[in-house]
Amino acid sequence: MRNRKNAFWVALAAPGIIWLAVLFVVPVYAVLSIALGKLNQLYEAPVAVWNPLSWSSSNVINVWRDLFGSASFAGPVVVRTIVYVAVASLLSLVIGYPVAYFVARFAGRRKGLLLVLLIAPFWISYMMRMLAWIDLLSTGGYVNKALGWLGISPVNWLGGSSVTVVLGLVYGYIPYLILVLYAGLDRIDPALIEAGRDLGLGRARTFIHVTLPLSRQAILTGLLITVLPMLGDYFTNQMLSGAASTSMIGNLIQGQLGTPGLEAQGAVLSLLLLLVLLVPMVYYVIATNREATR
Amino acid sequence: MTATNAPAPAADADASGAPTAAATPARRRTPWRNPWGHPWFLEGFTWLYLVWSLVPIVIAVLFSFNNGRSQSTWQGFSWRWYFSDPVNSVLHNPQLHAAVIQTVRLSVLTTVIAVPLGVAFALGINRWHGPVPGTFNYLMILSYVIPELIFGVSMFFVFTTLFSTVHLGTTAEVLGLVTWNVSWPAIVVQARLVTLGRQYEEAAADLGANQFQVMRRVLLPLLAPAIFASAVLVFSGVIDDFVIVDLLSSSAGNTPMSVIIYSTQHGGNGGPALNALGSIMLAMSLIVVIIGYVAYRLLTRGERGSGLAALTTIAGEG
Repeated sequence: MRNRKNAFWVALAAPGIIWLAVLFVVPVYAVLSIALGKLNQLYEAPVAVWNPLSWSSSNVINVWRDLFGSASFAGPVVVRTIVYVAVASLLSLVIGYPVAYFVARFAGRRKGLLLVLLIAPFWISYMMRMLAWIDLLSTGGYVNKALGWLGISPVNWLGGSSVTVVLGLVYGYIPYLILVLYAGLDRIDPALIEAGRDLGLGRARTFIHVTLPLSRQAILTGLLITVLPMLGDYFTNQMLSGAASTSMIGNLIQGQLGTPGLEAQGAVLSLLLLLVLLVPMVYYVIATNREATR
Repeated sequence: MTATNAPAPAADADASGAPTAAATPARRRTPWRNPWGHPWFLEGFTWLYLVWSLVPIVIAVLFSFNNGRSQSTWQGFSWRWYFSDPVNSVLHNPQLHAAVIQTVRLSVLTTVIAVPLGVAFALGINRWHGPVPGTFNYLMILSYVIPELIFGVSMFFVFTTLFSTVHLGTTAEVLGLVTWNVSWPAIVVQARLVTLGRQYEEAAADLGANQFQVMRRVLLPLLAPAIFASAVLVFSGVIDDFVIVDLLSSSAGNTPMSVIIYSTQHGGNGGPALNALGSIMLAMSLIVVIIGYVAYRLLTRGERGSGLAALTTIAGEG
């Protein structure tokens, strides 16, 4: 009986397991085999080497040279990516925390409405949201018209401006951060905050000594949920700037995919990115699992 | 402490800077000092954020009805970019027209495949204990957090080198989207299983129901809200998906709306027809979400939990 019961659950799980094995594990391994594989000189197409024993490091060495060599062109891109993502995620936190804090603690009867408005961007296509800003920031757009009233000459926002790209990233990913922060702040027992107040702490010190430490987990998860997609983002950049002077690691990888002879290097870069992100990803997986089973 | 130095406690309070409830009325008026007052600054900031977040979208939708080419000068209302214009409207431009159909096709196919797959996976993984289900549960969550670009790149490579019988196009897109989205039902259903506990099934089993009866009469009805919520998440997720379909589409016939907006916009002015396309996407998502919200409330009638809880579930949080 026990055995038959188990067979039932195994049969239920099997299709999903097979699907993930064939279409998630194998593809990731394919990236590895291409990154450590060879190049077909004739067609300039990457050749996947499936046997780990005959992997070669030629592609990795090429990428390493691009990244850190004397004529490095990818090095500045990596530095730029780190700076953009760091600035954008910190800016998101600075903007998002007060909003999440207000909605979680003070919204009162308007909480439902505010939450709907906070979640609304989830249902609006990312491309539509970027398109909206392209309209506003174009040469004759409303932003430049407003600047005109103030006597400021029009700014070329969409011609490769770092400010536009960073603000675009903030605009794109901040809703996710806010929702995670909201969920974390909403869970804090108000009694703890009142206790802080009753014991004589002012608003600022209650925040620093009670609320902030209690929301540390939410801040970490929220930053993670914005940083991970920002690092693989190429479309925000491409839509709002399109210039090489602002390109990020995502643009580099995406550009190499369609280019003969460079596809294997795209694979290496994806793999390096994955390697760097593995630690925060595993942290997130463990944190989610802990949350789910609690 | 004697009555003669009565002002001393007040001086003490000043020195420590602690704004106690017994502070003077003048001090109570400064909002930062009064811990029980309404935080007007925060409220203003929140509304400012919401204006920044949503007004651009409203403007973009408005300009999809513009009776002219401009995306920044209002020239009167028209349906021109939706269907009146014989060349450039969404209805008559073959590329835009095909994109709408492709998005609907991908959303339906992905939902129909991913939801049953994910629900069965969640049930099996939750009850079958051992290293294999444990490993695959972690892999499933990993597929949920891996950056979409890396996932898309691996899909691109696997369909161009290993499974090259599957050409880039609709099949590749659906396979990629199902893998990317299968974690929604898997995660949402598992969370619901944890909250439900085992007592209902055990009661049914005690009353003589066999495995299939327990499944059909007890578990599936109890899981219905979670299954439904995950279907909404998958469907609207596919409408809005970009990276996977961008990397796996091959021709105009299998390019969905998000990719069309992206590829037409950068490098040139797409005109208000793109705004119309974006507004159609918005309307589609909105319809799915409203149906999802209403149905979720109906399915969870009689349970504790508010409209807010339903909302955050449909949004994939909580």
